[in-house]
Amino acid sequence: MKRIYAIEEACIGCHLCEVGCITEHSLTKDPVKAFLHEAERPIARCTVEELDGGVLSISTTCRHCDAPDCLQTCISGAIQKQADGRVLIDTAKCVGCWSCVMACPFGAVQRNLKKKKANKCDLCPDRDLPACVSACPNRALVFREGN
Amino acid sequence: MNYVIVGNSVAAVGAIRAIRAQDQQGTITVVSRERHTAYGRPLISYLLGGVITEKGMPYLPENFYDQQRVNLLLATEVASVDTVAKRVLFTTGESLPYDKLLLATGGDPFLPPIEGMADRDRVYTFTTWDDAAKLKAVSADIQRAVVIGGGLIGLKAAEGLNLLNKSVTVIELADRVLSSAFDRPAGKIVARKMRANGIDVITEDTVVRIEGEGATITGVTLKSGDFIPCDTVVVAIGVRPAAGFLKGSGVEVNRGIVVDDRMQSSVPDIFAAGDVAEARDFFSDQKNPMPIWPDAYIQGDIAGTAMAGAEKGYEGGLAMNSIEFFKVSTISMGVTNPRDPVEYDILTFLDSDNYQYRKIVLDKAGHLVGAVLVGNVDRAGIFAGLIRNRVEVTPFREQLLTPEFGFIHLPPAIRKERFGQRGYSWPQPCFDGNGGGH
Ligand SMILES: Cc1cc2nc3c(=O)[nH]c(=O)nc-3n(C[C@H](O)[C@H](O)[C@H](O)COP(=O)(O)OP(=O)(O)OC[C@H]3O[C@@H](n4cnc5c(N)ncnc54)[C@H](O)[C@@H]3O)c2cc1C
Ligand code: SF4
Ligand code: SF4
Repeated sequence: MKRIYAIEEACIGCHLCEVGCITEHSLTKDPVKAFLHEAERPIARCTVEELDGGVLSISTTCRHCDAPDCLQTCISGAIQKQADGRVLIDTAKCVGCWSCVMACPFGAVQRNLKKKKANKCDLCPDRDLPACVSACPNRALVFREGN
Repeated sequence: MNYVIVGNSVAAVGAIRAIRAQDQQGTITVVSRERHTAYGRPLISYLLGGVITEKGMPYLPENFYDQQRVNLLLATEVASVDTVAKRVLFTTGESLPYDKLLLATGGDPFLPPIEGMADRDRVYTFTTWDDAAKLKAVSADIQRAVVIGGGLIGLKAAEGLNLLNKSVTVIELADRVLSSAFDRPAGKIVARKMRANGIDVITEDTVVRIEGEGATITGVTLKSGDFIPCDTVVVAIGVRPAAGFLKGSGVEVNRGIVVDDRMQSSVPDIFAAGDVAEARDFFSDQKNPMPIWPDAYIQGDIAGTAMAGAEKGYEGGLAMNSIEFFKVSTISMGVTNPRDPVEYDILTFLDSDNYQYRKIVLDKAGHLVGAVLVGNVDRAGIFAGLIRNRVEVTPFREQLLTPEFGFIHLPPAIRKERFGQRGYSWPQPCFDGNGGGH
């Protein structure tokens, strides 16, 4: 399946992937409206890590694993692997126990504390190219066939 | 191939998926004592507390059993296994032949003999959907409940009752709640949070007698002599592997069904997985039951794979728990409270007022072996991965306690391996068709 890969040498630590992700998963899909006016602004599903004030940085995100630790650990069955390979969380089923946060070795599940729901990359079902990949100004994220 | 699985919970599900990944043809029959299809057992406290409804209980997509072509025998209890004739015998007298058998019967609640328990109406255990339903059905009549046992199940029961505005007292023999997963500071923080929310926690004491008149409970007397008035008692001391039906079968049962790294028992073609099994520990070659959900899934997966003739390695059972108490998240994994602390390198950070605690345990070789996180538990799984991969963490030892700890502190090779794609590097020409927004 196609996955998102990070090229840390190219990452400039601008966090635009996170902005792109938040915008894509907002109600208005408009960054200004999402950041200023949406009461339940989404939280980013990718995480930009930085060291030494940004000298080193990388955007980390879900691998959509073939044998996902998050799925094996999920106590409610909210996490399922789809036929197309995507690993998705059904928020209606999620009880916010954070077992998936405990299990994912990639640190790729976030806690949405306001909603008490787990949150992770869904590869942007409404788009051809995930929003984070599109948003990156230096092509430090790519969307390619791989494992 | 004729596969029979006894038990229909998470270990069984892991096995069903694994069998079908190898073998589309074989017949799979699942036999379960319970009348429900697989459900989230840990959700029963949420059900009791009204956080979710019965509709939220099913663990699997509706079409799962059809899609995996599973014959489901619900409300059917296995009484024994005839390992010579290769048949499982039901309590009804009927029986079923198998080629490969998986025992995924989980645990039974342990009921210690407590004086005055036998004749009382309102004594409950708390391990099944029906247990939760029973408690919920009488909840209008419950004023005060005592929960015996401050482990995972006891605290979950207490939380469920608390959500129904019942007055609850938890009584724990050890010096802290969740003694198997937590150390003292973590146990204390959680107990304080529970008390602040109206759950009374009594440690280093135990119930010696359930008092009452006839079937009615009036309270419990503790070893210390204290009397706690209550009308309901939940016994949550723990679970024991549900392997009683194997008596005389020749299958080796120690504390649980003893299995090898393929989850095969001492008898060929009979496998065990989940709470009923006793498999190898991650840190030692010792075998012990590991009654947690993720391990049950993983063991089921390995057993199913082996039953279908393929092979998947078992890395050993790694204890891990994620539990939230009144908005204080806690995650613990691996070695959290070593008996001989001098053998380890232990880092801690405590901010008790804000319910924040971090403890990181390294072994002498500099490998991460355990972690306790209270409060901010974000990205805890990175620690789980470092433990599993036995990564040497001394080079970034100082960063492990900071909430910002991440892959950026790890050697670049690990980051590349996890998040990069082999053979792909930057810069790439713009016309290679893999996007990038240009
Ligand atoms: C209240 C509660 C909260 C929990 N919370 C957590 C948590 O947050 N995180 C975590 O990791 N773990 C948690 N656990 C533990 C977790 O639920 C178990 O580790 C897990 O369910 C084990 O799965 P299993 O498949 O081995 O067996 P089980 O889930 O125990 O299922 C075994 C099934 O086999 C059936 N069975 C038994 N004997 C027979 C027989 N002779 N014939 C037919 N059927 C039989 C049983 O009725 C049962 O349905 C919790 C448990 C409880 C009770
Ligand atoms: S959340 Fe983590 S474990 Fe789950 S599929 Fe993504 S990377 Fe894998
Ligand atoms: S937080 Fe939600 S998705 Fe994650 S393990 Fe718990 S129920 Fe499953």
